[in-house]
Amino acid sequence: MRKLFEIAIRNLVRNRRRTILTGSLIAVGIIAVVVFGAVAGAFKGMMIAQFTDAVLGDLEVHRRGYVASIDNLPLTLNLSAQQVTAVERALQSIPEVEVYSPRVKLGAMFSNYLETTSIRLNGVDPEREFATVPLLPSRIKGGAQTIRKGEILIPDLLAQGMKVKVGSAVVVIATNQDGSVNALQLAVGGVLVSAAGPSGRDAYIHMDDARELLRMEELEISEIAIGVREPGRVNEVYAQLTRLLASQVDAGGKPVFEVHTWEGLSPFSSIARMIDLLAVFIKVALVAIVLISVMNVMLMAVYERIREIGTIAAMGTLPGKILAMFVIEGFSLGVFGTVVGGALGSVIVLLVRAARPTFDFARVEGLVLAPVVTAGDLLVVSGIVVLVSVLASLQPAFKASRMEPVEALRHA
Amino acid sequence: MSLIVAKDLSKTYSTGAAKVEALKQVSFEIEAASFVSFIGPSASGKTTLLNLLGGLDRPTSGSLTVAGEDVSLLDRRRGAIFRGAHLGFIFQDFNLIPVLTVYENVEYPLLLVRTTPSAERAARVAKLLESVGMGDEAGKYPDQISGGQKQRVAVARALVTEPAIVLADEPTANLDTATAAAVIGLMRQMKDRLGTTFIFSTHDPRVVNEAEVLYNLEDGRIVGRREPRGRAYAQAV
Ligand SMILES: Nc1ncnc2c1ncn2[C@@H]1O[C@H](COP(=O)(O)OP(=O)(O)OP(=O)(O)O)[C@@H](O)[C@H]1O
Ligand SMILES: [Mg+2]
Repeated sequence: MRKLFEIAIRNLVRNRRRTILTGSLIAVGIIAVVVFGAVAGAFKGMMIAQFTDAVLGDLEVHRRGYVASIDNLPLTLNLSAQQVTAVERALQSIPEVEVYSPRVKLGAMFSNYLETTSIRLNGVDPEREFATVPLLPSRIKGGAQTIRKGEILIPDLLAQGMKVKVGSAVVVIATNQDGSVNALQLAVGGVLVSAAGPSGRDAYIHMDDARELLRMEELEISEIAIGVREPGRVNEVYAQLTRLLASQVDAGGKPVFEVHTWEGLSPFSSIARMIDLLAVFIKVALVAIVLISVMNVMLMAVYERIREIGTIAAMGTLPGKILAMFVIEGFSLGVFGTVVGGALGSVIVLLVRAARPTFDFARVEGLVLAPVVTAGDLLVVSGIVVLVSVLASLQPAFKASRMEPVEALRHA
Repeated sequence: MSLIVAKDLSKTYSTGAAKVEALKQVSFEIEAASFVSFIGPSASGKTTLLNLLGGLDRPTSGSLTVAGEDVSLLDRRRGAIFRGAHLGFIFQDFNLIPVLTVYENVEYPLLLVRTTPSAERAARVAKLLESVGMGDEAGKYPDQISGGQKQRVAVARALVTEPAIVLADEPTANLDTATAAAVIGLMRQMKDRLGTTFIFSTHDPRVVNEAEVLYNLEDGRIVGRREPRGRAYAQAV
């Protein structure tokens, strides 16, 4: 076996230029996959994080039907205290769940005593909200980085439009479920820089203020946002939570709750999916490159060595061993390209990382792109390339093993 | 029974509509430890006959037994096993593997055709390289040695598995007179030492008379059998 590898490698070295050419082709393909994967992955992660970590959270739980009519922020679809307890119990039993933050959401009128406009209010417990969407505090410009009772955080565009500053007195007016209209006087506690995406009218107040504004006897919750420990395991948590909550059904036998991941809620999920699709396309291109170039080289190798094949076959080398000889050669070629491409690709990604490229996304400026190549990614790409190299050399190798020694020996 | 028994052996090639009768009802027997040559003009059927003897090709009709095996029945795989077990080959163009050194070329049949333990392998290869006078060139590659040296290496490679029969199709055609004589001399020396049967084809008058038994082929038929030196000669020296 070792001798077969030695022979394969010497044959590759014998055709040095061709081997280097094909190896480089494979390497370039791998570099494209590795670098694109790392950079696009970093971009995607950042884009998702900008919205999930600043606004959404990784997952959200609502009463069934809430998300479908989320534009109205329907108070009728809030979760009762009892239902909230049920969800909390489920969340506490899932170790992957790091934090969660209940929110009261409502549509309201916002007035500076001169003008009035509509806004969306989020009543939150500041500590839990900040833990669940950790980028939120960094969006607060001016004022303290918290949400105090009696204060309101408003988006910067609204602040400009309504000509209010930190400290300005404002009033919010809302209608509760019973139809009574109530007002609450608040001070502007801070101005929010827009997160990427449609959150231009989202303001934050303290949970207790929301409860007072809506005259809730018992606290009702519109949604529970959840942060998981590892972003990569969102789907696992989703599956577990869905399973745990499925037992809760209403009188009609339908589930009480609905669970969504950020993907179901974020306006960027389609862009994220597009990036994933592009990555798949590049991988397909890589597979095609490897398949065609390795097959081509191995067919040439078999053709050039017809007499050698005849000789070793005449000496009694078994067809299977001749097959193995050529498959090992294709395998070695693939490994060569993979090692070179993987190494160069990783170096390029490290250089990109070291250069700290920045870009602006939506209205967020100066984001630093930090691409990484994980061992897992490298392993998958290498595995694919080496496997395809072996597959590509199977046909030429089979051809070699099926040669009639007499004819092969007669070959000039 | 003789080592090789051929009876009414025929081989017809058909390329499209044309049929070529390369061998026509050839019969002969070859004893173990003999030094046999088939001579004849071009296209007389020498290569065809050696290919049949080597189990590389199948006869159209007739029977052929080599080392007790009916070689007309062998498929690709069993043919390879048969050759690996009983035969060695020497080619007109030497056919050494270019990426292997002299040593590795001789080692090849022990390593990749058979699985000889490494100590025994090393001993056999060294001994054979020594006896063909190539002990000092063991580390060289085929393109670093002369034609005569290549054929010596090929002789060593053919003998390393200690086969019953070595088949050589025009082994001296690409060698100058002195080298040709030396290679044939080496083959006979090895035959005497190891008892291997050598069968070679040639139309080279310089080496014709080196054979103990000489078959004359013409147009696919054996037209004569001579013993230029005879067995007595071999025993005398
Ligand atoms: N594969 C083949 N297909 C068709 N005809 C063939 C084939 N091999 C040999 N022949 C024909 O069979 C006849 C005998 O050929 P063979 O090669 O056995 O002769 P030879 O004695 O070895 O000749 P040379 O001295 O030129 O090597 C020739 O007429 C040749 O053209
Ligand atoms: Mg011939």
